[in-house]
Amino acid sequence: MITLSHYIVLGAILFCISVAGLFINRKNVIVLLMAIELMLLAVNINFVAFSRFNHDVAGQVFVFFILTVAAAESAIGLAILVLLFRNRSTVNVAEIDSMKG
Amino acid sequence: MIDPQVFQLVCFYAFAAVTVLAALSVVTLRNSVHAVLALVLTFFSTACLWLLAEAEFLAIALIVVYVGAVMVLFLFVVMMLDIDQEQLREGFMKYLPVGLIVAVVMLVEMLCLIGVRAMNAQTMGQNPATAAGVSNTAWLGQALYTQYLLPFEVAALILTVGVVAAVALTLRQRTGVRHQQASEQVAVNARDRVRIVKMAAERPADSQPAPAQETKP
Repeated sequence: MITLSHYIVLGAILFCISVAGLFINRKNVIVLLMAIELMLLAVNINFVAFSRFNHDVAGQVFVFFILTVAAAESAIGLAILVLLFRNRSTVNVAEIDSMKG
Repeated sequence: MIDPQVFQLVCFYAFAAVTVLAALSVVTLRNSVHAVLALVLTFFSTACLWLLAEAEFLAIALIVVYVGAVMVLFLFVVMMLDIDQEQLREGFMKYLPVGLIVAVVMLVEMLCLIGVRAMNAQTMGQNPATAAGVSNTAWLGQALYTQYLLPFEVAALILTVGVVAAVALTLRQRTGVRHQQASEQVAVNARDRVRIVKMAAERPADSQPAPAQETKP
């Protein structure tokens, strides 16, 4: 029988994998963006599970909004990436330091 | 005859294993195109898990909208950019222990926080949409278009801003490019393009020309 903790643990595992991905792929902006998508997916899994197990529609509505915002975010992120590659010919994070932040 | 709940659990473990393996390959694969394809697989198996939780609308929306649009956009960008894979991989082994430690510590902390045993008592119960006598889509739509109407419209606005921003960021004015100018094309007069001249005939119509003269221009 599937319980709530099955879904929550899966979400936690996915979230930790994407955090590890952020650490080990520090150079590649594309993989960083994909790791962020994975994090959002992990959160969405939690929302769907809580919505289903607590019989509340709000969780699924919120997943809907998260999907919307994530789509807009990745569209703008990829646009910035294309712009960056056009100007600097690289997606290496270490070389994108002209703002000296 | 296999118990349906056992079958559900087996399905859950299978899809969860695929999800975790695909997510692991997203962050470790060398080739970015392969990583995007692994991400697509992650989304697919997650959609299957949502189907198991009877969130049908979101599962289909995840596949159609996310895999169909956003991931294809990712694939386009990754394939368009000519990326030096090897240079981006340096430091992978250096940061691997740090990443692993952070991830494992975080996972252990989360699992302690969740309290796996405490939540094991909570089973799925009846599907709330079925209890209300409607499908999952209708259940979601009724909440979305009444209680959450304003956030729904704000989400539409966010998508519009996203589209405008993406176009505005990547649009560039090139100099020296010959564009088609439709307004000028429409506004043109036949008189400007073709000049009809009236001229006298070169030779009288009834006279027989000499063969040698006809070949002359």
